[in-house]
Amino acid sequence: MEKTMDLTLKVWRQKSANSTGTFETYGVKDVSEGSSFLEMLDTLSEDLVEKGKEPVAFDHDCREGICGSCSMTINGIPHGPEKATTACQLHMRHFHDGQTITIEPWRAKPFPVIKDLVVDRSPFDRIIQSGGFITSRAGSAVDANAIPINKATADYAMDAAACIGCGACVAACPNASAMLFTGAKASHMNSLPQGKAEKDRRTLAMVTTMDGEGFGGCTNVGECEAACPKSISLDMIAQLNRDYATAQLKNFFKPVA
Amino acid sequence: MNLDSKIPEGPLSEKWSSHKFNMKLVNPSNRRKYSVIVVGSGLAGGAAAASLAEQGYNVSCFCYQDSPRRAHSIAAQGGINASKNYQNDGDSVHRLFYDTVKGGDYRAREANVYRLAEVSSDIIDQCVANGVPFAREYGGLLANRSFGGAQVSRTFYARGQTGQQLLLGAYSALSKQIGLGKVKMFNRHEMLDLVKVDGHAKGIIVRNMATGELTRHASDAVVLATGGYGNVFFLSTNAQGCNVTAAYRAHKRGAGMANPCYTQIHPTCIPVHGDKQSKLTLMSESLRNDGRIWAPKDAEVAAMIRKGETDPNTVAEDDRDYYLERKYPSFGNLAPRDISSRAAKEACDEGRGVASTGLGVFLDFRDAIKRDGQKTIKERYGNLFDMYQCITGDNPYETPMMIFPAVHYTMGGLWVDYNLQSTIPGMFVGGEANFSDHGANRLGASALMQGLSDGYFILPYTVGNYLGEQGVATAGKVTTEHPAFAEVEANVKARIDKFLAIGGTESPRSFHKRLGHIIWEQCGMARSKEGLEGAIKDLQALRKEFWTNLRVVGDADGINPELERAGRVADFIEFGELMCRDALMREESCGGHFRVEHQTEDGEALRDDENFAFAGVWEYMGDDVEPQLHKESLIYENVKLATRSYK
Repeated sequence: MEKTMDLTLKVWRQKSANSTGTFETYGVKDVSEGSSFLEMLDTLSEDLVEKGKEPVAFDHDCREGICGSCSMTINGIPHGPEKATTACQLHMRHFHDGQTITIEPWRAKPFPVIKDLVVDRSPFDRIIQSGGFITSRAGSAVDANAIPINKATADYAMDAAACIGCGACVAACPNASAMLFTGAKASHMNSLPQGKAEKDRRTLAMVTTMDGEGFGGCTNVGECEAACPKSISLDMIAQLNRDYATAQLKNFFKPVA
Repeated sequence: MNLDSKIPEGPLSEKWSSHKFNMKLVNPSNRRKYSVIVVGSGLAGGAAAASLAEQGYNVSCFCYQDSPRRAHSIAAQGGINASKNYQNDGDSVHRLFYDTVKGGDYRAREANVYRLAEVSSDIIDQCVANGVPFAREYGGLLANRSFGGAQVSRTFYARGQTGQQLLLGAYSALSKQIGLGKVKMFNRHEMLDLVKVDGHAKGIIVRNMATGELTRHASDAVVLATGGYGNVFFLSTNAQGCNVTAAYRAHKRGAGMANPCYTQIHPTCIPVHGDKQSKLTLMSESLRNDGRIWAPKDAEVAAMIRKGETDPNTVAEDDRDYYLERKYPSFGNLAPRDISSRAAKEACDEGRGVASTGLGVFLDFRDAIKRDGQKTIKERYGNLFDMYQCITGDNPYETPMMIFPAVHYTMGGLWVDYNLQSTIPGMFVGGEANFSDHGANRLGASALMQGLSDGYFILPYTVGNYLGEQGVATAGKVTTEHPAFAEVEANVKARIDKFLAIGGTESPRSFHKRLGHIIWEQCGMARSKEGLEGAIKDLQALRKEFWTNLRVVGDADGINPELERAGRVADFIEFGELMCRDALMREESCGGHFRVEHQTEDGEALRDDENFAFAGVWEYMGDDVEPQLHKESLIYENVKLATRSYK
């Protein structure tokens, strides 16, 4: 039979964006070690509902580590202690009976709290809207094999494109920098032949939007890479810096957009 | 109810091109006068919203997630089919069409499926142009893999994350249009009802899930791309938020619901571990290439394994029942999804199931590791083994994996004609939300194909055709000031107030679980007349109980997950009853629908083409009134109906 555990949870509760939040302490009993972290929170929710209290609000959807919805800092680490694991894929066997667990929302100025553990991550969408695309109207594409792409390039683009847009990189960074997120998307598209035409324009637009949204600069701390549930490499930031410098230089002599 | 399928005249291979030529066009300078609402931002919705905006229409797109990038299309693993024939192995539009019709157990509409196969190549071109990093060979050309139900290699993939990459491609195209102001994006907004004016769909009522505000949105056409209804089972591989509300609300406003009993149960999921579980996780079907599926022959041995008193590795060869190899010697462990799933259920029903709940069978790699070595197996399935270990804590190299079937796709949905228009003029339905292409069973790697086909290449034409037919004089004429909007909004508000006012003792999740239990037991892998009749009674009782004993804590003024779930569960309960009625009506077994009364002597599905070669379309007639069945006959002119055999 599966082992169970009793836990003490210190959870950030905040009624709305405009109210001040506070930690509340709750106990949960008989959590099975095979449960996921979010199923443990479901148990807490049902307990609270039973008592007529509002459950803890948190973002979640696919619960298989790919949609990027779940976003909570567990004992000080975005997505919790397991490496390369989203909160929804974190299982309770990594915790022990009697443990106290602190659960907070992402803490970053560009991601204001809306309620409890739910934050507004729309700045990420706006970074993509400003340039994180390769323009190709439906119907205008050439045959898919018309442009061969060497395997190493395709694999590199895929490594970059694996980002799930959860925002853990921002939450982990002492500067709340979005360089890993922006670097991953820019590197994905800038590295592919299809993406070359808009490369400079894209890079400048995405970085400008990123700065405008209030994200901090990168000072090479590396917390983002450590917290990333998809192990996106710091190389993406280096790539973005290179692409940005090149684009700026070109733009100085002849505007790229 | 008018079920004119509007299949164009002419030979199958010319229908779509001649239909495109005959369509009404809208002058580019007039397109900006029209507005279109798209509900859902997955492959179908995201691609449709982006493409319609590229053409110049004003689009409003709605999703319940905090970003359009999170739609559940993102979770698809395996791949996307296309009849490119890059492998020179005999693929063609006609072969993809044929495989899909056969895979659907001859319950899909020929003309739609042919068109799907026809545009499949364009989808791959479009995705590559968008920057989707598909797997490639060293020569730089696209790689393919093979998949169930086909003898050619036509599946394109991006590692085990094909859905993610395709969705992010559509999301980037959509984002560009949002940035340009051509698409107005509404994140965290849930559609709660459809507004009709003079019989035509003219808008929706939505709830802003962050603020609780109800708002009205008017348009010249509405596209629903709101996904499937797998969460009626409570436990499924769907995301937590997936629901039937938008589709079911439209059904209540007059849209026909087709074949709701067609659901697909995937055989290789990780078993349920306890009563707190919230979702099931799929393991790729490819594992069945090397893993051998078995259950103990003896129920007592199974009981010992469940208690942890017997190590499955110590069970002697003679005491193991490799039941798929025994029953289907020529296909063995690679028998199709529906057949494999039912066989696992049978073993567990006989008390021979493993896992802590008794609902599991083994998928054992012992022999494969002995034969090929651990290194080779790791190269083939390493990521899947890691995923399994992450979730279960067991090491599948040492102890056999445990699997059990789970719901993961629904073939039924809102009825649509060849133009993907529902029985409500002006309301179109794309992707998993419609019923059109997969018949009674979907083949692997075909869901992504259908979503993008609808979104990039079909809806942008057919919605434009509808708008052109209505004429530019109608563009933007209906506004949210029309009394129909006030009336529907008042209905929506009254319903929310009612949820909050019931003041009972049972949570929405608890009702959802009870609903799921009834549907899984009686309308799951094996269905019977008696069971379905009982389920309909049970669901009616559950509905009464729901409306008298529901407890929704909190208020309607902001994020309230309890309120959101209450609305979805209310619709799921009614929808579940419709599913059972459909399953009861369909006195045959086909694809994912297995009626125990209709099987061959050796337990295989028995189709009845004479009496059931039709799509069953239900019309809503009122609460507590039996819905009315309409039939669209399925006429096969190009494919010969045959029995599937895997012996």
